[in-house]
Amino acid sequence: MSMTTLPQEGSHQGLSVRGLCKSFGPIQVLTEASFDVRPGEVVALLGENGAGKSTVSNIIAGSLHADRGAITWQGKPYSPASPAQAIDAGIGMIHQELKLLPDLSVAENVFVGRMLTRGGAIDRARMNERASAQLRRLGLNVSPDTKVGDLRVAAQQQVEIAKALTLDAKLLIFDEPTAALGGDETALLFEQIRKLKAEGMGFIYISHRLEEIVQIADRIVVMRDGRVVARHEQGDIPVRTVVEQMVGRSVDRMFPTLDEPRPEVLLEVENLSSPARTFNDVSFSVRAGEILGIAGLIGAGRTELVRAIAGADPISSGKVTVAGKPVHLDGPAAAIKAGVVLVPEDRKGQGVVLDQTIGENLALGNFDHVAPGGWVFPKAVQKFAETGIRKLGVKGQPNQAVRKLSGGNQQKVVIAKWIARPPKIFILDEPTRGIDVGARAAIYDVIADLARSGMAVVVVSSDLEEVLGLSHRVMVLSRGRQRGILPRAEANNVAVMELATS
Amino acid sequence: MSSKPGSADLSVSAGEPRAGGLKPLFAALFAGAKGPLIGLILLCLVLSVSTDTFLTVRNILNVLDQITVLGIMAIGMTLVILIGGIDLSVGSILALGAMVLGYVVNPDYLGLPIPAGIAAALLVGGLCGLVSGLLVTVAKLPPFIATLAMMSVARGLANIITDGSQIVGFPDWFTNLSIVRHFGFISVTVGVMIVLGVIFAIFLNYRATGRNLYAIGGSPEVARLSGIPVNRLTNWVYAVCGVLAALAGVVLAARLDSVQPSSGFGYELDTIAAVVIGGASLSGGVGSIGGTAIGVLIIGVLRNGLNLLGVSPFIQQIVIGVVIALAVAADTWRRRAK
Repeated sequence: MSMTTLPQEGSHQGLSVRGLCKSFGPIQVLTEASFDVRPGEVVALLGENGAGKSTVSNIIAGSLHADRGAITWQGKPYSPASPAQAIDAGIGMIHQELKLLPDLSVAENVFVGRMLTRGGAIDRARMNERASAQLRRLGLNVSPDTKVGDLRVAAQQQVEIAKALTLDAKLLIFDEPTAALGGDETALLFEQIRKLKAEGMGFIYISHRLEEIVQIADRIVVMRDGRVVARHEQGDIPVRTVVEQMVGRSVDRMFPTLDEPRPEVLLEVENLSSPARTFNDVSFSVRAGEILGIAGLIGAGRTELVRAIAGADPISSGKVTVAGKPVHLDGPAAAIKAGVVLVPEDRKGQGVVLDQTIGENLALGNFDHVAPGGWVFPKAVQKFAETGIRKLGVKGQPNQAVRKLSGGNQQKVVIAKWIARPPKIFILDEPTRGIDVGARAAIYDVIADLARSGMAVVVVSSDLEEVLGLSHRVMVLSRGRQRGILPRAEANNVAVMELATS
Repeated sequence: MSSKPGSADLSVSAGEPRAGGLKPLFAALFAGAKGPLIGLILLCLVLSVSTDTFLTVRNILNVLDQITVLGIMAIGMTLVILIGGIDLSVGSILALGAMVLGYVVNPDYLGLPIPAGIAAALLVGGLCGLVSGLLVTVAKLPPFIATLAMMSVARGLANIITDGSQIVGFPDWFTNLSIVRHFGFISVTVGVMIVLGVIFAIFLNYRATGRNLYAIGGSPEVARLSGIPVNRLTNWVYAVCGVLAALAGVVLAARLDSVQPSSGFGYELDTIAAVVIGGASLSGGVGSIGGTAIGVLIIGVLRNGLNLLGVSPFIQQIVIGVVIALAVAADTWRRRAK
C-alpha cells in the first residue's frame, strides 16, 4: 500500500491537513486524517460512502469542526468557524446538490448574500459585468440575466464555480461534480479545472467515477472507515488498485461470470418511438438468460426507452412482444402482468416507499400473490418478506423502515419485490447509482443470477465499465436512436464511445 | 412463492431471518396514535375528577351522539389524507346532501319516501367527491385547490335548491333514528358510525386495496410503477369521502329535524383536525381509523367537558386550537427522537 511521507506542514502555500479527528456521539467518523493540497494541483479524495470524505471536506469548508488535529492554509493555521470564514480565507466548496436559487438570475446567484449596491440600490450593471467576466473566464456564454432554473445542470454548475471565483477562491472542493453531467459536459468541466489549475488554484476532487480520476487528478488520497489508507503521488493509478484500497480487500471478481443465453427470444422490441421522440424507431431483442446492456450519454433516451417498455411512459408507435405475446402498453400494471418489471433509475423517489417497512415495500404490487382474495394477513406478508430478504441477502428485518437501509440494501429490496412473481423481463435502470463500490459486486451477482434463472435482463448504466462487464451484448443509443448492438467480444470503451457520440 | 414452478432461486447469500411476531391487532388499529390515546385517557381522567357529571352513562352516550356527524366525515377524510390529499369540501357537501334529502322527501317539494331521499343525497355527495377526484387526477389540480373549488360549488348548489331557505319537518321515525336508544344505549346513527368505522378499519388494515392507499400516500410514483391504479383509487377515495359527507348531512337532518343550506359551515376544519390529532400525516402514508376515532373522541370529549365546566364557547375554540398544535407537535418530536 502506498503511503508517501508528508511534507513539512506549511512548507508550501497550499493546504496541509494533519491528524484530523471527528466523532459524532460515540461514532468516530474521522481518525488522524492527513494530506496536502498544493497550489495548482488536483487531489482526488476517494473512498466509499461513509469513508469520511465528506466529513473532512466539510471541516475544511467550515461547516463542521474537528475534534482534534490542525490545518495549515497558505502558511498560517486555519480553523474556520463557519463556511463564511472559509470563503473569506479563499476556500470554497461546490456541493453535489447545487445550492442555487432557480428563480434568480445568474448574476444574482453569483452575488447572493453580498449583492453589489450603489446608494442603497442594487447595482445590476456592475453585478452583470463582473458575473459575465467570470463566466467568460470559464468559457460559458450565457447572459447574466438568464434565470438559473432555465440553464442546464452543467451550466448551473459553472455558475457555482463563477460564484466561487468572484469570491477569490484559491482552493475549491468539488463533491461529485460530474454525477449529473454527460460526457461532453464532463470534458468541459475538466478543461476549466485545468485552466484554473494553471492559474494556481488547488482542488480537492471527490468522485465515485474512478475512470475520471486518471484524467484529472495529480495525486490521489484514498480513505476508508475514516482513515487515510493510501496517498499516491500520481493520478494514473490502476482503477483496480484504488478499488482494492477503498474496500480494503482484493477485488478479484468485480463482475460475475456469465452463462450462455438460451436460444428462445423473450423480449422483442420493434420500431419503438416515444411521443416526444426522446427515443425513435428502436428495435432489439433479448433472449432468455441474456443480459443486454444499454449504453449512451445522458439524454440519449435510455431511461425513457426502458420506462416505456415497462409501461411507465406512453409510446407513440412500435411494438413490444414478450415470450411471443404482444404487450398492450397502457400502464405499469399491464406490463407487470405481461412479466415486464422495472427497477427504476431514482431508487428513493421511484423504487421504494422510504417510510414503509421492508415487508410493506416487498408486498407492494404483489398483493395478487400475497393476499388471496384481496385479504392481507400480516403473517403472510411477513413470510413473503422473509423469503425475499433471504433470497437477496438483504441486511434487514421485515418490519424495519426502508429509509434506514444502505443504498445497496434498498436496491436489493426493489429487486426482491419483483423476483417472486417471477417476471420474464427484468429491467434495471442505473442499478448501482449511489451504491458503494464494495456493495456493487453483490448487485452484479444478483443480476447475473436473474439471467441464469432464465429471465431476459436489460441493464441501463452510465458506468461504462459496468455495462461492459455485465452484458452479453451492449446496445448503444445516441440522441434517441439506436447506433448499434455490440457483442461482448467487440464491446470495449472505444467502440461504445464512438457509437455513443455519433 | 418459491413453490411456484419456474420461480427463480436466487440464493445469493442466506441472511438470518428472525421470526417477527404478528403485530397485535391493537397496534395495527391504532398505528401512530399511542400519544393521542394517552391524551384521551388523561383528558377523561381529569374530567371525571373535576366534574361529577362527566363520568355518567347518560353523558357518555351524549358525547357519542354529539360526535356522530364529525365521526362519519372523519372516516372519509382519513382515506383522503392517507393518500396525501385533503378535502375542504366536506362541510359544503354535508349541507348539499342534507338539502337534497329535504327536497326529495318534503311534501312541499317532491314528497318521495325517505329511502329515496337518502339515496339521492348519497349519490349527489358521491358525484361531488368524484368531480373533486377527477379535478385532482385528470386536471392535475392540487387537492387543496380542487376541493376549495368544490367547497364553493357545493355550497352554492345547496343554496340554490330552496333559494337559501331551510326545510323543516321529517317523519318521526326518521328523527328517532338519532334519538331512540336501542338496547338501552345505542341510537341507529351512532350504530351506523361505529359499523362504518369497523368496516373501514378492516378495509385499511386487511384489504389489498386499503394497503395500497398507504403506498399511494407514501409515494404515488412508487405505487404507480408497482402497478397500482393510482388515479382510479384516488377518484374512488374522493367519491367515498363525498358519500360519507352527505351521509353526515342525513344524520344531522335527523338530529335537527330540519335541513338548512348553511349547515356544516367550517366542519371541514374540525374534520381535518380530528384526523390529524389522531396521528395522520398531512403528507400522506400515515394514519388509521383507530387514530381518527381517538381524534374525534378528543374533540368531542373536550367540547363536552368544557361545556360541563361552564367554559365559554370562545375559550373552547382557543383550547381546541392549542390541542391541535400540541398533538401534532408531540408527534413531530416523537418522530425526530426516533
